[in-house]
Amino acid sequence: MAATQVIRSEWTKIRSVASTVWTLSLAVVVTLALSMLISALSANEFDKLNAQDRSDFDPTFISFAGMTLGQLAMIVFGVLVVSNEYSSGMIRTSLAAVPQRGTFLFSKVAVATGLALVVGMATSFAAFFLGQAMLGEHRAQLGDTGVLRAVVGGGLYMTLIAMFSMGVAAMLRSPMLGLGILMPFFFLISNILGNVDATRKVGRFLPDQAGSRIMQVVTPVGDDTPYGPWGGLGIMALWVIAALGGGYALLKRRDA
Amino acid sequence: MIEAVGLTKRYGDKTAVYNLSFQVRPGAVTGFLGPNGSGKSTTMRMILGLDNPTAGTVTIGGHPYRRLPNAPRQVGALLDAKAVHGGRSARNHLLSLAQLSGIPARRVDEVLGVVGLQDVAKKRSKGFSLGMGQRLGIAAALLGDPQVLLFDEPVNGLDPEGILWVRNLMKALAAEGRTVFVSSHLMSEMALTADHLIVIGRGQLLADMSITDFISANSADFARVRTPDSDPQLREKLSSALTEAGGRVLPEQDGALRIMGLPLPRISDIAHDAGVRLWELSPHQASLEEAYMRMTQGAVDYRSTIDQKSGLQQPLPPGAQPPMPVPGQGQPGWYAPPPPQAGGQPPTVPQGPYGAPAGASPAGPAAGQPNPYAQAPAAPQQPAAPAPAAPPAGGAPAPAPQTAPQPAAEPKSEDAR
Repeated sequence: MAATQVIRSEWTKIRSVASTVWTLSLAVVVTLALSMLISALSANEFDKLNAQDRSDFDPTFISFAGMTLGQLAMIVFGVLVVSNEYSSGMIRTSLAAVPQRGTFLFSKVAVATGLALVVGMATSFAAFFLGQAMLGEHRAQLGDTGVLRAVVGGGLYMTLIAMFSMGVAAMLRSPMLGLGILMPFFFLISNILGNVDATRKVGRFLPDQAGSRIMQVVTPVGDDTPYGPWGGLGIMALWVIAALGGGYALLKRRDA
Repeated sequence: MIEAVGLTKRYGDKTAVYNLSFQVRPGAVTGFLGPNGSGKSTTMRMILGLDNPTAGTVTIGGHPYRRLPNAPRQVGALLDAKAVHGGRSARNHLLSLAQLSGIPARRVDEVLGVVGLQDVAKKRSKGFSLGMGQRLGIAAALLGDPQVLLFDEPVNGLDPEGILWVRNLMKALAAEGRTVFVSSHLMSEMALTADHLIVIGRGQLLADMSITDFISANSADFARVRTPDSDPQLREKLSSALTEAGGRVLPEQDGALRIMGLPLPRISDIAHDAGVRLWELSPHQASLEEAYMRMTQGAVDYRSTIDQKSGLQQPLPPGAQPPMPVPGQGQPGWYAPPPPQAGGQPPTVPQGPYGAPAGASPAGPAAGQPNPYAQAPAAPQQPAAPAPAAPPAGGAPAPAPQTAPQPAAEPKSEDAR
């Protein structure tokens, strides 16, 4: 079976359900709105900051602040794309039509990833420009060192988060289970692990913490993170590969 | 051609399917029967490569499904009518399946027309009734114009027109030389549709034979004889004469006699010799349902019990009679809930379904019944119902003005022809 056929079919599937439009537009709206709000607040607070905070001030990173919330919508998108097949029972029809399960899973992931990449990039660039507009005189320029990397990286980050969710959903199958684990993990647990001194060294290897490093342009003073921006994104990519590999291994082995 | 060899599937320590070997041949509708939980769906899933057998193999056209080249163009399946994303329109659902196997979008509109869903093609399938869902599932199975078709309970939820349509569709597909494998619980429907039967119980093969062979192997045919109601003595006389001649005679609840072991002409001769007039002498062939019940009796996993309602009942007022239990229920011969034709009415007339000694019927000789053919009330619970106009085994059938000819009974008469 040609993968192009599966990809065309997956495109029909993904564009013909309302959840795609809802989750992706929610990701855009939430990211942009929160990024603008926090950028505007940061611009007001700048004058009250002390010298060290001013030197750590990272206008690019601030304009991506909305992604902490916006990524949750991306997670929902990634989980639903995969687990909808299971919750509807459609998986049996799909796998009966595509007995090559690897082709099926990776075509599905490819289509959803493509869509997430487009939306993620657009969101990242929009968040940057809108955020910088709010920051006024403290703004960064796209041409500044590392800024373009951070903006492109923001789009990649959103995409990888969605891919990671697809892999986890392929392993867990149930949308409730997938969302129930991923949402609190990325919203709470990862943040807690990354901010408590005892667990920080472990926490920064979690996919979102490692991946978000690429959106930083100004490295805070005294930062001892053992990886750079691309290294962080690489760690996140490893998580994604592990999740998708696990999903594939389980899909291939177990009964549909 | 579907071929299973030693197919076995275990889930933990529960064996769903055990050592199942059968062939489903092209050019015929093969019915797949078995009680709930007997492993029918599991078997279907294994045929489609969705579940991996613990042991054994199943192939389609010589290939395991997962290695079948261009599987969706060769095999179409309806497994679960509700297995569609409710938010997707019927047309998009089919389009996504068509694109998988490179089927042009034009074909989607064709099958939507074939199943009669063209008017709701753009509607979300969430709002579909069960019957519409079945039609959509059948459309998906037909999409690739496959040579092998599998249907799991295709008539569930369909209206009578839809049931007729599915029946004719299956037959037409088989007549075109395709392999059609269909499971169902509706015996009457199966009897009308299938040419060949595969019956499983508790995951094991119980029967693999043509439907006519199945019925005759698993049921005893009998003759129904009615003597003039005005003269009960004639009945006794005939009864003893027939017993002497080696027949087995059982009284029926409406006063007729059920005779096994004697051909019709012989019964007529005996009656003539005994000087007994007959009002009815008709041949009866058991229905598929009876034959099936008889065969799967020991293999039913989920059997209904009598609802004692003990937690709900008020204590009886002193002197009141406790309500009579539903006759027949709980007795050895009471195999199953009333057949679908019963319309859910609880059997109120004592009625030993065929297979159980009808002697269980306490009605006894109903001499002086005003209407000798007043069988209507009993008919619903009588799966052994007469086959109207079944060809006689030799003797002329009495023109039996049967009331309420039952669907369950009709099929075999057709098959017998």
